[in-house]
Amino acid sequence: MSLDAATVRRIARLSRIRIDDSQTLQMQAELNGILAMIETLSEVDVTGVQPLAGGADMALSLRPDVVTDGGQAEAVLSNAPDRDGPFYAVPKVVE
Amino acid sequence: MFDLTLSQARDALRARTLSSRELTAAYLGAIDALNPEINAYITVTHDAALASADAADAVLATGEAGPMTGIPIAVKDLFCTKGVLTTAGSRILGNFIPPYESTVTANLLRDGAVFLGKANLDEFAMGSSNMTSAYGAVVNPWTRRGDNRPLVPGGSSGGSAAAVAARLALGATATDTGGSIRQPAAFCGITGIKPTYGRCSRWGVVAFASSLDQAGPVARTVQDCAIMLGSMAGFDPKDGTSADIAVPDFAAACARGVKGLRIGVPREYRLDGLSPEIDALWQQGLAWLRDAGATIVDVSLPHTKYGLAAYYIVAPAEASSNLARYDGVRFGLRADGHDLTELYEATRAEGFGAEVKRRIMIGTYVLSAGYYDAYYLRAQKVRALILRDFTEAFEHVDALLTPTAPSAAFGQGEKMDDPVTMYLNDVFTVPVNMAGLPGLSVPAGLDAQGLPLGLQVIGRKFDEETLFAVGAVLERSAGFTTLPTKRAGA
Amino acid sequence: MAYTLEGSTGTWEIVCGLEVHAQVISRSKLFSGASAAYGAEPNSQVSFVDAAFPGMLPVPNAECVAQAVRTGLGLNAQINLWSRFDRKNYFYADLPQGYQISQFEHPIVGTGVVEVTLADGSVKQIGVTRLHLEQDAGKSLHDQDPTRSFIDLNRSGVALMEIVSEPDIRSPEEAGAYLTKLRQILRYLGTCDGNMDEGSMRADVNVSVRKAGEGFRTRCEVKNVNSIRFVMMAVEAEAKRQIALWEDGGEVVQETRLFDPTRNETRSMRSKEDAHDYRYFPDPDLLPLVLDPDWVAQLKATLPELPDAKTARFMRDYGLSPYDARILVMEQASADFYERLATGRDAKQAANWMMGDFYAGLNRTGRSIETSPISADGLGELLDLIADSTINGRIAKEVLEAMIDTGERASVIVDQKGLRQVTDTGAIDAAVDKVLAANADKVAQYKAGAEKLFGFFVGQVMKAMAGKGNPALVNEALKAKLS
Ligand SMILES: [Mg+2]
Ligand SMILES: [Zn+2]
Repeated sequence: MSLDAATVRRIARLSRIRIDDSQTLQMQAELNGILAMIETLSEVDVTGVQPLAGGADMALSLRPDVVTDGGQAEAVLSNAPDRDGPFYAVPKVVE
Repeated sequence: MFDLTLSQARDALRARTLSSRELTAAYLGAIDALNPEINAYITVTHDAALASADAADAVLATGEAGPMTGIPIAVKDLFCTKGVLTTAGSRILGNFIPPYESTVTANLLRDGAVFLGKANLDEFAMGSSNMTSAYGAVVNPWTRRGDNRPLVPGGSSGGSAAAVAARLALGATATDTGGSIRQPAAFCGITGIKPTYGRCSRWGVVAFASSLDQAGPVARTVQDCAIMLGSMAGFDPKDGTSADIAVPDFAAACARGVKGLRIGVPREYRLDGLSPEIDALWQQGLAWLRDAGATIVDVSLPHTKYGLAAYYIVAPAEASSNLARYDGVRFGLRADGHDLTELYEATRAEGFGAEVKRRIMIGTYVLSAGYYDAYYLRAQKVRALILRDFTEAFEHVDALLTPTAPSAAFGQGEKMDDPVTMYLNDVFTVPVNMAGLPGLSVPAGLDAQGLPLGLQVIGRKFDEETLFAVGAVLERSAGFTTLPTKRAGA
Repeated sequence: MAYTLEGSTGTWEIVCGLEVHAQVISRSKLFSGASAAYGAEPNSQVSFVDAAFPGMLPVPNAECVAQAVRTGLGLNAQINLWSRFDRKNYFYADLPQGYQISQFEHPIVGTGVVEVTLADGSVKQIGVTRLHLEQDAGKSLHDQDPTRSFIDLNRSGVALMEIVSEPDIRSPEEAGAYLTKLRQILRYLGTCDGNMDEGSMRADVNVSVRKAGEGFRTRCEVKNVNSIRFVMMAVEAEAKRQIALWEDGGEVVQETRLFDPTRNETRSMRSKEDAHDYRYFPDPDLLPLVLDPDWVAQLKATLPELPDAKTARFMRDYGLSPYDARILVMEQASADFYERLATGRDAKQAANWMMGDFYAGLNRTGRSIETSPISADGLGELLDLIADSTINGRIAKEVLEAMIDTGERASVIVDQKGLRQVTDTGAIDAAVDKVLAANADKVAQYKAGAEKLFGFFVGQVMKAMAGKGNPALVNEALKAKLS
């Protein structure tokens, strides 16, 4: 499978990364190079194989329902590029 | 003083023949002198380091020292450190001050370690050369014989490895998602271990690919790595993938020897075009182990050659999602935008470097509607097959021996023409991450140009002890004493 | 009789399914230790996990998992012992991670059923497709600043159960009945408070229309409707819109819409081109969720009695009509009140008093069973006073009103106001004689055959006795004197 420029733009949009036209071309070539390498997987017979999602073969451990966190609005907001009082601020969203 | 290994320094500190302040001040001085050239550190925390050293000396005076008390080390700038700039090598986190301490660094602090500063790395740990860092390339302390052109230290833990090799730290924390501890260790002539997935907590470590990322140490010797890993490792209820398994005495395992062990040689690792030098070193390594009493066994890992392809689906897929949080809203860089989408697109275009963008794009693509089954799901199945290969091999052998990387350190600017050439660096290390196994790299010899080469030992899950035993034998047999040209105390 | 809508081209049927987001009752959030309580100061209940800081990891809350299993059991649904958390990827200001942790491929609860009773007494089964656990998003405030939106992450990471129904609903009434019943079951289970005002329960309403015998046509999803009444209105409004569109020769396009209750219409949400590429994949920070069958069995054993079982028992044990039983079982609190009231008393009479004058009194004073000034024991005392003939039924109504207004005990009011019933036959005879003497003309008419005047005499006697005469004795005395 090979990506066309429109698909590259669509992926960039989905990824929320702005790319201009010259970057699109270069990106397209690079991504297609990587995809060609990835394509070798189609050789593998995976019939009946259960997919493996993670590196750990344990079951999920759960935590007790206790409030142990929060109450630190200042710390949570301390790195914010824009804030207003106790809120994060972003450009106005029109719904 | 710079000739001391971590364990020797520890002994000297405990014997009170050396103070942590002296040691730390010496390392800070060396950093001031050499870091402008090597660029191993992004941030140096002079005052905090000296304050910790003084605190360590006070503890040492009571005779109650912990395993790392007073030892000056570097911290890869992927570990969040409370109140200290943590960049992940990215412009997008160029101003990020974490209000919390990662579990691994907290463990080291608990045990008395002194942090010299934050080590450079490939942006978000994506790279094998340290060329993708937003804070400039790291220069490998080694140079080719008669050639002063700068070489890469490997990546992504290139700053950590270069700092240790140049003697700008006694050890360093590192992380390994596809080879990022072992390959730079090999390129810089030092030792590094990627422990079993789940051995070290990922809490507070900036995520690249969650199912592959694992923290570990790089240091000068196998013993030093064992001491550091013992401090870094341990169950953490804050990480759902952390294993609730006791941490054994890794340092003790270094003295076990290999008598009676069965060491596997995966025949598929003998790639076409593998350099004769590396092949020869590999054979030499096997001979050393045989001489020390191990039995060498041929094994087959038939799916290993698909490791890299599967990795370049799984890791970018996870990364594309893990890096979605860098959106300019709660922390980090924000670029202007009239609406939310513009703000996101501009922030991420400006904040991420080319390699990170590529991987996010590939990851987004392989997960997108209509492609998931063909790419991501298939890669997960291949991942299962890779694990099955290893599991079957470990029914017959106790550990595997392979080269760490297909070449020695290369020059800055080399292998930069297309991404895939760079990716091939990790061909020997990636399958270990895909299977969640531990892997250790030890320097074992030099290539014809005088650059270090590493051998990789791969073990069963949670059997790092065997890796330390095998690694220590290789280390003794190799007697690797050559030092890099650029180093403190030279 | 099936509900249909008449269009210009004929009769249309509604096809509707609901996706309900129900906030799990728990102290802390689904994946962090921050409080899940409602109404706190902005960003005061936020952990670094909820704000998606670098290196932060989710650890699931055992109680939220238990609540989902309890709910599944309460919906007679299949409990999946192996489930998994997936990431749903999209960018939004109140979604800090850039993905929602949800369960896409392998939900914790599979198919179940909700049985609803409609106004005409008929019973219908609405299938439940699945129930899964997921995180809530934060809150965007758009009206605080002319150029910016503000973000509060207190809700970010709060546990939700998404309960998806089959497209089995065929009318606004059925949609309302399903939601009402679901809410009732969740409240009985204690897994969701069902408080729609605070957003603890919201519904996405999927609607399509079709003609008799057709397969499904294109549906639209009306998002985040936050009251049962609005859901019923939205079903109808959206169905009518679609019918008009089809009949106009147009075509319904699958899209997300919003319901505007003030105009009683749905409108298209600003379409987002990437809205449907969520790139779901297993969350690599979370291992599969594996449940111990013994643990599930234990949860099942400790489940409270649910509305349907309770209704059946009330009919059986207390001889109630299905209607009365359903009314009393509507809320756990009223069912408990009734059981305490009925125990050891005339159960039918207890139901009549509770649903009649007692509820009317609560209504009149704007109170509910939870805030009632009279306990079940207090109301029971009143019924006991009737049973032992201390007061008669008419006086009892007066006493109950006073009880609701003052909160005073029945016996105290009876004593204070001197309302004890008169059973002294001498006093009754005297009152009867006086009334008959004063109404000689009516006595003559009665004796000539106007028997319905008997009630008039009873009324006059009671009036003369200030309502306190024992009605049976008054009747007896009148009959004797008039014969
Ligand atoms: Mg929905
Ligand atoms: Zn949902």
